Amino acid sequence: MSELKGWRELPIGAIPFKLSTEFKTGDWRTFKPVIKQDKCVKCLLCWIYCPDMSIVWDGEKVTVNYDYCKGCGICAHECPVKAIEMVKEG
Amino acid sequence: MGQVKTQVKGRVMGLNGNEAVAWAVKQCNVDLVAAYPITPQTIIVEKFSEFVANGEVHTEFVPVESEHSAMSACVGAAATGARAFTATAANGLALMWEILYIAASLRLPIVMAVTNRALSAPINIHCDHSDTMGARDSGWIQLYVEDPQEAYDTTIQAFKIAEHPDVLLPVMVNLDGFFLSHTLQDVHILPDEVVKEFVGTRKPIEVYVPYLGKKVPLKLDPEYPLTFGPLDLYDYYFEHKMHQIEAMKNAKRVIKEVNEEYAKISGRKYGNGLVVPYGLEDAEVAIVVLGSTGGTVRYVAKKLRKEGYKVGVLRIRAFRPFPVEDVVELLRRVKVVGVMDRSVSFGARGGPVFLEVRSAFYDEKEKPIIVNYIYGLGGRDAPPSLIESIYKELLRIAETGKVEQLIKYVGVRE
Repeated sequence: MSELKGWRELPIGAIPFKLSTEFKTGDWRTFKPVIKQDKCVKCLLCWIYCPDMSIVWDGEKVTVNYDYCKGCGICAHECPVKAIEMVKEG
Repeated sequence: MGQVKTQVKGRVMGLNGNEAVAWAVKQCNVDLVAAYPITPQTIIVEKFSEFVANGEVHTEFVPVESEHSAMSACVGAAATGARAFTATAANGLALMWEILYIAASLRLPIVMAVTNRALSAPINIHCDHSDTMGARDSGWIQLYVEDPQEAYDTTIQAFKIAEHPDVLLPVMVNLDGFFLSHTLQDVHILPDEVVKEFVGTRKPIEVYVPYLGKKVPLKLDPEYPLTFGPLDLYDYYFEHKMHQIEAMKNAKRVIKEVNEEYAKISGRKYGNGLVVPYGLEDAEVAIVVLGSTGGTVRYVAKKLRKEGYKVGVLRIRAFRPFPVEDVVELLRRVKVVGVMDRSVSFGARGGPVFLEVRSAFYDEKEKPIIVNYIYGLGGRDAPPSLIESIYKELLRIAETGKVEQLIKYVGVRE
């Protein structure tokens, strides 16, 4: 609690004083998407549909940023070649 | 209304309260007006849309599909640093509810005229203050005006108050439906350039953003992206409310300052900006009132004073922030105060204004007897005869020291 700021230190207008990227939301996940690279056709539908920008396309292959992926499964649902499998977090 | 000497030559126009507001908005260089028509407010945006159609203003006019959208559009525009205005009444204000709070807590200096009208049911288009009194805790500054001239003057002042760096809160300019909105008066209109100079251009304040490592203007801008009002839980929500509480405190000072500054350009001032007293120097009894009824009460008070009765009036112009200090200072030596409320707080011990006034005196040693008169619901007239009967009753209480009924509903049939 000691690191919490007092109201006089905060910018007004309810704007954040730190970036949302500092909050790792990946630990909300129950299932995690696992991409089978051999099946992936790089259509990037998963990248388009991901509501959290957690699908990473580096120009060569598709990966998942597990720091922020909440495991909603939309990518697996949309994948036309069934290259994404939802695996229970253990 | 006080008179102050000024060199500015304006012009006099026959305008009703709504048109007076539209003229003020026209002169204030507003960037966006988003509104939905509702009686008795419609004339404001109708008149303003004429200015837009004629190319007399640069304003982006957005005819939205509801009041919820009207306020949302104002929030969006104001967040980019634009000057935004809307107008509504009663059920329209009710539909805006959610966004009222958002506008205030995001510290967006939107100005809105509310042409006061009773809330349904049954449907009623006439004046009472049930609409805006319900919104008294939304975080908006609320100013209640007495006549079309004050509606014009206050709308101009509202932008200056709202955008003051120590305030940054939205302002509601409240004018009584039909009594003011549809009643013609000679309204003194200032020259365009005088108003333009007075309100200036909106300048967003700069805030230090730690993750950017510098101060940036508090507005939406792709150059330095900010998020307005994201999730805030038990860890920070309370702190953000403190900002609003502080801003409301500052607003008292700023409303007074703007009232003085405006007097210099217009020759008109309204008490100290927060309250407009009359006859309180020696008054034994006084009526506290908001809005157009203030004129009627003063008329009756003048008449009674000529007859030798020591009566006074305290018209509250700023209901939010509530001028506790002025109310106490001006009424402490009065024997009996009658507070007139044009709305009901169902189940409460009196109307909203009464509760504020009475609470203001709790810690005071010297204080008047304070009674409540609920009047004028749904546009029920409050003629001089009604006011006179209230004064006579207050004088009786002053003489006997006995209050038979603390909260009285006046002008209603038994």
